[in-house]
Amino acid sequence: MAKGSIVAGCLAPHPPHLVYADNPPQNEPESEGGWEQLRWGYDRLRESLSKVDYDVIVILSPHWQTYVGTHFIGLPQCTSKSVDPVFPNLFRFDYDIEIDVELARAIHDQAKSDGMSVKMMENPDFRVDYGTIVSCHMLRPEWDKPIVSISSNRGMDYYSPEVMQEMMLELGRATSKAIEASGKRCLLVASNSLSHRHFTTETNPPEDMSKEHITSHAMHLWDMRMIELMRAGKSQQILDEMPEFCEQAISEADGGAFSWILSAMGVPEEPAILHGYGTIIGTGNAIMEWPCHEWGDD
Amino acid sequence: MSGEIVKSLVVPAHPHPVLCPEKNEGWQRIRDAYDEARRRIEETDADLLIIYSTLWPSVIGHQIQADPNPEWVMVDADFHDLGSIPYSLNIDTKFAHAWNAANKERGLESRTVAYQGFPIDVGSVVALELLNPGNRIPAVICSTNVYSNRAETTVLAKACMDVVKAQGKKAVAVSVMSLSNRMFTEPIEPHEDRIHSLKDDEWNRKILEFLTEGRLEDIGQLSRTIHTQIRVKKVVAFKPMWWLSAMNDNRNDLTGEVLAYEAIHGAGAAVVVLDPESNGTGDKEYDEDDVEFYGGDRNVLDVEEGDDHGVALHDPTTGDTSFNTDKAPKPVGAYPHARKEGNLLYLSGVGPRQPGDNSIPGGPIRDSDGNSLEYDIKAQTRAVIENVSRILEEAGSSLDKVIDVTSFLVDMDRDFAGYNEVWAETLGKVGPTRTTLAIRALPTPIAVELKVIAKA
Repeated sequence: MAKGSIVAGCLAPHPPHLVYADNPPQNEPESEGGWEQLRWGYDRLRESLSKVDYDVIVILSPHWQTYVGTHFIGLPQCTSKSVDPVFPNLFRFDYDIEIDVELARAIHDQAKSDGMSVKMMENPDFRVDYGTIVSCHMLRPEWDKPIVSISSNRGMDYYSPEVMQEMMLELGRATSKAIEASGKRCLLVASNSLSHRHFTTETNPPEDMSKEHITSHAMHLWDMRMIELMRAGKSQQILDEMPEFCEQAISEADGGAFSWILSAMGVPEEPAILHGYGTIIGTGNAIMEWPCHEWGDD
Repeated sequence: MSGEIVKSLVVPAHPHPVLCPEKNEGWQRIRDAYDEARRRIEETDADLLIIYSTLWPSVIGHQIQADPNPEWVMVDADFHDLGSIPYSLNIDTKFAHAWNAANKERGLESRTVAYQGFPIDVGSVVALELLNPGNRIPAVICSTNVYSNRAETTVLAKACMDVVKAQGKKAVAVSVMSLSNRMFTEPIEPHEDRIHSLKDDEWNRKILEFLTEGRLEDIGQLSRTIHTQIRVKKVVAFKPMWWLSAMNDNRNDLTGEVLAYEAIHGAGAAVVVLDPESNGTGDKEYDEDDVEFYGGDRNVLDVEEGDDHGVALHDPTTGDTSFNTDKAPKPVGAYPHARKEGNLLYLSGVGPRQPGDNSIPGGPIRDSDGNSLEYDIKAQTRAVIENVSRILEEAGSSLDKVIDVTSFLVDMDRDFAGYNEVWAETLGKVGPTRTTLAIRALPTPIAVELKVIAKA
């Protein structure tokens, strides 16, 4: 069996506003559009990924929050309706998702043997979190690839940004090892915003773009810094600055996905591609791609 | 019509007492305590359960469930292996909509939600499953806003009580929450369960001591400390005691009883019943601003609009006899904060705007389009006097040296009583002469301004 590989990594933010603005048939609410810069960014990401052959999407979302270790969905098919408890006016989505249980269990087993606290989720009534659904839908609306869904173990809440990162770096290494052993070509997805301070009021309609902007200049500076570091291939520096980023930008990277994906890709020194940046109710969101398939083995 | 809170409860949120109480003696005692709390509710004439759940976070203000019959199957994000809890709830939609309207009247961002498939949070499902099987009593559920502070949470409760009274409800107020909320990060066997640490246990017992004594307001005062001591950041701060205290008029003399205190996967789980009857001890003072309306300091990072209130601000003018301070708001014209002539200090007109962010405690009296807003004259008056005090101190004087005050109110009929009340608590004790005038408007959207003369 050929070695499995990570063919690409993506930073794919998940605010439900993006699906709402896209008006797919699975989503009940209807909009007049909005957040085009980000949605066009997703267009460019999809166009880029259309040239890449992959078997499975492996995604870590901060909206499946677990405190007792890291969990993996272990059901072959998940079919239900996802309603965002925070923005139910925007996101009520009927989903039917195929899960690559074999790979999920392989990552679970690898992480367990490496000493991590992990659990498979096999309750058929479980609902997939909206972060996972939004990111996957925006980068692959055909829903024709199985996914591996990984929970966000809230290490930062329980310990510190540094401990969170240590745990996520370990999980990234376990993910990489399991993928290599699986023989599968995988697209890795970190589903998170960058700066994450929301406005606490909503415009009417929500897609009124005349009111959309970053919450503060400080948040903008942090977002641009992180994007520049990604574009320069300075992954190690990102990891070095991650604790400050999480705390000062109230970043959604606190959920661990950003650290996890950089670790799984081997802390790449190759530049990431910026496909789009925009704000959503004040939070900063970048759509990035690491085209690992172009890098070669060494 | 006169409504009231007939009982208040603190109950835990985890699914163990519903799904597997038999696996651990402590979980069974929590289940038994839940059953006892249910019996106590049934002994009253309660006709509404009001749930404030810390497990339903919101960003856009507070959300209130208004689907008359939410139905689905709840699975816990962590403890999915314990099983599922199907639910079919009976929501008092009339109350939910009225509470939403009352929130807005008091300056809060608020909305109702009523969507098929909405994921009712685990805490609300567990509490209603055990306290209200068969939906004997209609319920209403409110979210916890991740950014809300004590003032906002207090006003949320007051708005709720407006509706309880207006609709003549006999209501049970329920805070669904853990005490210490640090769980074990590894799976454990049921028999291994215990409070995560001695420190958590000691703090939990201190909280329960306060609850037993009915000291809700005092726990409200302690909430920020409790949060830093024994809480993992999940909803940003430990807010449920703020809400429950305000639902009980911020009293400290309720009659409390702890029915159970146990560990659930390391977290502190307690069932506590509080009766409104006084326990006979003296009530204690309320230590923070008892806000009636929310003025809106939520979008603290959104500096785009409203900060200068449409009026250009100036640096105060300087001179040999002038005194200015960064601790008072910037002037709206070219003048100093104060000027000394002889032994007297003459202060320019002082309003309630805050130095730095220019916000108005108690809220502005109108929005940028000129529409009237609700505001709190007492909060504005207190802020004016604090600004006066800061300017006097900069000039080497103090509030107790004030000799004469001219007060300007933009709405004498509405505001005189509240202004006068704060005056009596503050400058009234100093004893300066005073003249109060009604005027048409002030340059910024404030309701009160003072012109002060003091001894230097």
